Amino acid sequence: MDVTESDVLAAAERWRREGRGVALATVLETWGSAPRPVGSRLVIDAEGNFLGSVSGGCVEGAVVGEAADVIASGVPRTLEFGVADEAAWKVGLSCGGKIAVFVERVD
Amino acid sequence: MRLELLAALNAERAARRACVVVTELASGAQRLVGSDQVDADPLAGSIHEALALRRSRLVGEGERRAFLAVEVPPPRMLVIGAVHISQALAPMARLAGFDLTIIDPRTAFATPERFGDVPVIAEWPEVALPAYGLDPFTALVALTHDPKVDEPALVAGLKVGCFYVGALGSRRTHARRVERLQAAGLSPDLIGRIHAPIGIDIGAASPAEIAVAVLAEVIRALRSGVAHAEGVAA
Repeated sequence: MDVTESDVLAAAERWRREGRGVALATVLETWGSAPRPVGSRLVIDAEGNFLGSVSGGCVEGAVVGEAADVIASGVPRTLEFGVADEAAWKVGLSCGGKIAVFVERVD
Repeated sequence: MRLELLAALNAERAARRACVVVTELASGAQRLVGSDQVDADPLAGSIHEALALRRSRLVGEGERRAFLAVEVPPPRMLVIGAVHISQALAPMARLAGFDLTIIDPRTAFATPERFGDVPVIAEWPEVALPAYGLDPFTALVALTHDPKVDEPALVAGLKVGCFYVGALGSRRTHARRVERLQAAGLSPDLIGRIHAPIGIDIGAASPAEIAVAVLAEVIRALRSGVAHAEGVAA
């Protein structure tokens, strides 16, 4: 089933009210061809459950991993993914684009 | 993001009002700016622009760098006419993320057998529209071919500023429609916003193909924020 932006934001609120640790990831910037537009969102809980997307599935795994740190520390961070990056060989965008993702805790 | 801000954001979305979440990246400070509060915000100019384009973006440099997350209500599609094209358009539009409703006062057309779980309101547009609540985030697609049914809805959609207003009918049919709407006092600018003949030109012939052409035109209007006048004779 398709997941809308409303579903993602509603899940973020609902999960937090249930007492879960929750992080919200948002695409801040894209360069070149990127699968999801600026403003796209992914919500992640402390267990690694997630809803939504910030790419076509290429970097969600890495964002979910970083989200665990953000949920623990409460300090937001900006992640960059792209083919120019050394880490791209592990979690790169096969489309050749580059994206910046802001990850913040829901308090 | 604070839970109160997230809850307020979800409330704005539920009420189908546009808003912007401003995040100052250096400090992490965030605020929710409703579409009626923009003028009072320090970033008013950029926020107005982002809202008009319906596009989230980064603004400013260094310490002043901020992210404007534009939150617009999910798009709806209101189809006038429970016709053959609508039967094809309903599942396609839903897949593309539109919340779709059909209005047709002709009860022989507006049946659950023909439309399954798609909401079909068997009323005249004048009766059904106030409760439905047309807004700028709604596409209005008039498919009955019957001026009595289509035109009150077209007028309402144009006045509210629906992001897309399209009407089925040949160029000749549309020319007569334009005359009637002019006589009813609508400005040429408003009338010029109607996409007619409806749908982008892909040579659509069958009802399903016309539905593809209409959906493509609606998506283009949604994503470009620009009204396009060309279409196919459908």
